Amino acid sequence: MKQKLRRSMLFVPGSNTGMVCNAFIYKPDTVMFDLEDSVALSEKDSARMMVFHALQHFTYKDIETAVRVNPLNSPFGLLDLEAVIRAGVDIIRLPKTDTVDDVLEMEQEIAHIENRIGREKKTLLLAAIESALGVVNAVDIARCSKRMMGIALGAEDFVRDLHTQRTKEGLELMAARNQILLAARAAKIGAFDSVFSDVKDKEGFMHEVEYIKGLGFDGKSLINPTQIPWLHKAFEPRQKDINWAIEVLEAAKDAKERGLGVISLDGKMVDAPIILRAEWIMNLARASGVLGEDQ
Amino acid sequence: MKDIAKHFTTEALTPINAPFYSEKENVKGEDRRAKICESIEEAIKRSGLKDGMTISFHHAFRGGDLLINNVMNVIAKMGFKNLTLASSSLASVHDPVIEHIKNGVVTQIYTSGLRSKLGEAISKGLMEKPVQIHSHGGRVHLVQSGELKIDVAFLGVPVCDAFGNANGYSGRSKCGSLGYAMIDAQYADYVIVLTESLEEYPNVPASLHQDQVDAVVVVDEVGDPSKIGAGETRMTTNPKELLLASHTAKVIEHSGLFKDGFSIQTGTGGASLATTVFLSEKMEEKGITASFGLGGITGTMVYMLKRGLIKTLLDVQSFDEFAAKSLGENKNHIEISANEYANPSSKGASIKQLDIVVLSALEVDLDFNVNVITGSKGFLRGASGGHSDTAAEAKLSIIVAPLTRGRLPTVTKRVNTIVTPGSTVDIVVTDQGIAVNPKNKELKERLKKAGLQIVEMQELYERAIALCGEPAEIKYKDKVVAVIRYRDGSIIDVVRQLA
Repeated sequence: MKQKLRRSMLFVPGSNTGMVCNAFIYKPDTVMFDLEDSVALSEKDSARMMVFHALQHFTYKDIETAVRVNPLNSPFGLLDLEAVIRAGVDIIRLPKTDTVDDVLEMEQEIAHIENRIGREKKTLLLAAIESALGVVNAVDIARCSKRMMGIALGAEDFVRDLHTQRTKEGLELMAARNQILLAARAAKIGAFDSVFSDVKDKEGFMHEVEYIKGLGFDGKSLINPTQIPWLHKAFEPRQKDINWAIEVLEAAKDAKERGLGVISLDGKMVDAPIILRAEWIMNLARASGVLGEDQ
Repeated sequence: MKDIAKHFTTEALTPINAPFYSEKENVKGEDRRAKICESIEEAIKRSGLKDGMTISFHHAFRGGDLLINNVMNVIAKMGFKNLTLASSSLASVHDPVIEHIKNGVVTQIYTSGLRSKLGEAISKGLMEKPVQIHSHGGRVHLVQSGELKIDVAFLGVPVCDAFGNANGYSGRSKCGSLGYAMIDAQYADYVIVLTESLEEYPNVPASLHQDQVDAVVVVDEVGDPSKIGAGETRMTTNPKELLLASHTAKVIEHSGLFKDGFSIQTGTGGASLATTVFLSEKMEEKGITASFGLGGITGTMVYMLKRGLIKTLLDVQSFDEFAAKSLGENKNHIEISANEYANPSSKGASIKQLDIVVLSALEVDLDFNVNVITGSKGFLRGASGGHSDTAAEAKLSIIVAPLTRGRLPTVTKRVNTIVTPGSTVDIVVTDQGIAVNPKNKELKERLKKAGLQIVEMQELYERAIALCGEPAEIKYKDKVVAVIRYRDGSIIDVVRQLA
């Protein structure tokens, strides 16, 4: 199975008509319509309707979609779920995930709606960790549902919960980032970093991207489309890595053709994780536009 | 003796000024300040302006122009009627012209552009005679061919001397290049220079020359410096414009023309400015230098000149204060006239040496025709400018526009008004795909290979309509309110009165 790239998740306020109409042109890996915090109380219904239509529009057919719904204990949560699952959303981003129960409750409602409407493609779940409690429970949260495709850090709320604030150095997020990443990898799901909100500070953004990429994160949430090409550039594989990946995949192909069980390259054994890694690099390279169609 | 001497004085050789030179004895040096008039009114009287004549202005002060309205008010007050107004272009600030049309002062207009309420009023049938819309190069052609005969030119400048030597890059209301005014100074029968300040003779280097100027008037202000280039210089933060710019820069990079010594022209507006910024990065990365930048010059072009990325700027109009200032300071920033810039019948127009031009559009159609003059409701609200001139001559003409604006499609089946024929357009860059004119097979392959999203124009059209719906047809009456003149003077389209 081809692994889905999720470097960029672009947040789009569900009530912002212009953004809902245009977000797809920036080609984020995933577009994340928000019905929760960025939408005023008076616009909850209209935003839900707009996102309902956008999800079914042809412009979003080739792009992975996620929706951050309102909490189930609010008057809007269930209505949001009903609408967006019917509209065919790929991923539900849980509003705030503190415990396993938050996930299970959401999963139950989703399954219920899917059954009722006869939706076959399972809606996936993305948990947003925004509190100390959530970070502490991250390992369980990551593993509690088969629908879980990743966990994301919501840094703004998290630092408030920690009684501190965000800095460019990001020391305050160190523990949370590491914990979330470990939890995600242990559960074999994705790990996504928080937004970097100073759009003018390209240098600071790139610094943070290099850092979280080094830690092992798959990608990052974004609030401004301008950051997408920067982010993708940072994730662009180097030529050296591409060459290595090509060699690995050729060796694997060759071994398969010759019926060999063990694959080796330059005397070193190539096993499944290495092949996966090589495929991942080629996938990135293709998406970054540094490879031709035929490679 | 006295009689013979009289034959050799100035008034005998320039009879038009004769009544105003002193009747006194000829004293050497007496007429040094003879061109200076006390008021606009006096200058108009001296010019011999009559009903039915043609008066001209230049548009280097753009949205900050104060001169046209001021002069027109004086002309109206003096009771002139039935005049042809030939400004190289008109901006939103010129809405007061409506009153002069209503009062019969102005009955015919030649211009590159019409905007705002003036454009709207003319679209609704304000004038009997249709407006003649020309390109920047086409205007010079009309002047030289005799169709547009300028009787009196009113040329605003920030500084000049008592003899009329003027430039645009010093003083308070700096407008930079006087490239359009140069034509009027050369061809008008009577040339009045209106200046904000009088410098000591000789005010050189001069763009308008003493031997072209008949009269000089000092006025309080010719322009509003804060509006001459307002809003044009800042790097855009609009993500859609940045996206368009990044696509455009990639198109240029892979066009086959992006090599040392290439030349480029870009317009104003967010996407255009950002394109030059992205391009600069690529030029630095690859060690490529451009031989010249042409046309309307912006601060970003000046920045490229200073960084050594462009060797020479050929400036017919300075789009912002940075460009205006640089024109006076940098010896490689050169002022050119509209004739040197874009006149199709010029002995040498720089556009014929141009590799790449980046242009905008209100609408583009399936045949690549471009409309930059009428808006979605059918009103006149744009300018022909150098659009058709540069598209026709540059090796690669790139149109950049968002596929949709709000819920208006930019790509249509047939443009509302043709300003630039599709045969001269090479490529259209939108945020949702890039269409290459079918005649450019090699370019298309090249860009495809580079990984750019190349689509057919039909696809762009269908996509735009799927997004916006088919726009309601604009209803027109039969009366023609504007004639679109192609650069060679021929009629390429007409605009009719709105129903």
